[in-house]
Amino acid sequence: MNWLDTVKTGLDAIRSHRLRSGLTMLGILIGIAAVILTVGLGEGAQAQVRDQINSLGTNLLVVSPGSVTSGGIRGGFGSANTLTKADADALGSKMVAPDVAQVAPSTQSQGTLTVGSSNWTTSVVGTTPPWAAVRARKIDSGRFLTADDENTAAAVVVLGPTTSQQLFGAENPVGQTVTLNNVPLQVVGVLQSSGSSSGTANNDDTAVVPYSTAAQRLFGGNARTSVNAIYLSASSSGTLSAAYQEVQNELLNLHHITNSNNADFTITTQESLLTTANSVNKTLTVLLGGIAGISLLVGGIGVMNIMLVSVTERVREIGLRKALGARPRVIRRQFLVEASVLGLAGGILGALIGMIGSGVLPNFINSPVTLSPTATVGAIVIAIAIGLAFGVYPASRAARLAPIDALRTE
Amino acid sequence: MDLLGPYGSDHSSRQEVIRLERVSKVYRTGAFEVAALRDVDLTIHDGEFVAIAGPSGSGKSTLMHILGCLDVPTAGRYYLAGEDVSTMTEDDLAAVRNRRIGFVFQQFNLLPSLTALRNVELPLAYSGAPRHERHERAVRALGRVGLADRLEHRPGELSGGQQQRVAVARALVTEPALILADEPTGNLDSVSTRDVLGLLQDLHDSGRTVVLITHEHDVASAAGRVVNMLDGRVHQDADTVEVWTR
Repeated sequence: MNWLDTVKTGLDAIRSHRLRSGLTMLGILIGIAAVILTVGLGEGAQAQVRDQINSLGTNLLVVSPGSVTSGGIRGGFGSANTLTKADADALGSKMVAPDVAQVAPSTQSQGTLTVGSSNWTTSVVGTTPPWAAVRARKIDSGRFLTADDENTAAAVVVLGPTTSQQLFGAENPVGQTVTLNNVPLQVVGVLQSSGSSSGTANNDDTAVVPYSTAAQRLFGGNARTSVNAIYLSASSSGTLSAAYQEVQNELLNLHHITNSNNADFTITTQESLLTTANSVNKTLTVLLGGIAGISLLVGGIGVMNIMLVSVTERVREIGLRKALGARPRVIRRQFLVEASVLGLAGGILGALIGMIGSGVLPNFINSPVTLSPTATVGAIVIAIAIGLAFGVYPASRAARLAPIDALRTE
Repeated sequence: MDLLGPYGSDHSSRQEVIRLERVSKVYRTGAFEVAALRDVDLTIHDGEFVAIAGPSGSGKSTLMHILGCLDVPTAGRYYLAGEDVSTMTEDDLAAVRNRRIGFVFQQFNLLPSLTALRNVELPLAYSGAPRHERHERAVRALGRVGLADRLEHRPGELSGGQQQRVAVARALVTEPALILADEPTGNLDSVSTRDVLGLLQDLHDSGRTVVLITHEHDVASAAGRVVNMLDGRVHQDADTVEVWTR
């Protein structure tokens, strides 16, 4: 008996027990659909996080002030104002850090902006013109800060879209004046919405002023020289780690620190952010995938159960086939084909439902589902493998039946 | 010991299809041992039409299973068409059943989901015959049993007699050395019984070896030779049924 005949016989058997075959397939189908959807959800979440992190700026490096050891006592992260404008200026040198494309020191403070009788407290950022490029921010109307603004410590401000909305409503604020710490600032531009928020901070609720203005006219005190963060962009994603090294070496040098373990600053890359975010997502995906995998296993046991019932019910048929000259091997193959066809059909239907689900689901829950071709093909392969694996036992039982015992059964 | 039986001398020039030498079969059920066959010697030649008769419990069914290679003897030797099948592996037995034996059962044993044609093709499928040849031979075999117009009918759409004729077609489609019919008329009315016996007679007339297992005298009388079983032994071996009914 050739393969075509065997497959045909298997299909006949499946077709002649439609309800039972359908229910068996359902088990596999649900398992496969669940696997595809959970993997899709996990990958969708990862893609979303990746997009969000990329929206903070491409090839971004963030230097934050770190712990400082003074008198044998190590302060915690951010406990010291160890980064200065001078550090940022040094990193801007092509000699020192050839792989750093742009540098934007940033000092940040809460401030209350006032327009007429309305006021709004927001995060005021003092920074230099490259900030927009480094943080991947675009201008909605007006313009961003210029080198001139920086050099002259101009009394200008660029508002985040939320801030603008709060102070001016739908009105275009460009050209208007807001007051911050009794200093009147002219609004020169409005940022485009960044479409994401990092942690608790809303990137759209901000007011950006030139660094010099912030240091000299608005904040005073420490803010005159120290910065809260230095944002840098590497020249490309390939030079990110080189840029990291250059920045680290230069800062260690400037701060007279010999052991990098004692660094009084922390450099965060997009990659490290991504890794953290992805590891959380991966845990979730593995957890959900595990549950889906268990449902696949249950489906597989369902296949075995049905195949065993099928063997018992068809003892006569098996006996007859053996009497007509079917070798044990041929009988085994017939049942294996039946089981794997059940698995395959369940797998394909499950993949279809998974695909439909990944299209429909994002409309109900607020997270994207990325359909992974690898997971889909893998799931179908797994479904066949499950059919085969759980078909082996019933199939070999069928093959071992003595033709005489089988024929005698009434 | 006359291995060839009482008619051996008449057929000595002809080929032996079946030779049993001191074949015994013992079934064990728990602590009990039941000897279904005790030292049976039997020789059947090519072209014979033999009925194996006897009351239930006489061992005729066990004999049929051994003759059909569905079961192996506990002791003794069984040569089918010259081959010693008593020590064969299961794969080889499957091949022997496929090539050398055509079965006709009391229960017809057709697969209900297949058409008459595909039921008849089944043994050819297991022997690996190419598709077109299978089809041709199955059509010819069905024509031979008078069912040329019922090729695409399923067993459920055929009468009992027609179903048994499909079974006969399936038995002869591989051109086997031996056609083994186990109570082929047990489930049939008298008209269909005559029909099927006539068919077996035709096969015999065309030179085939037919072994018929039955407990009915008038069915056994269709055969040219009757082997009467009793208590696991050959009780009588005669050329007509009258010998043992008297």
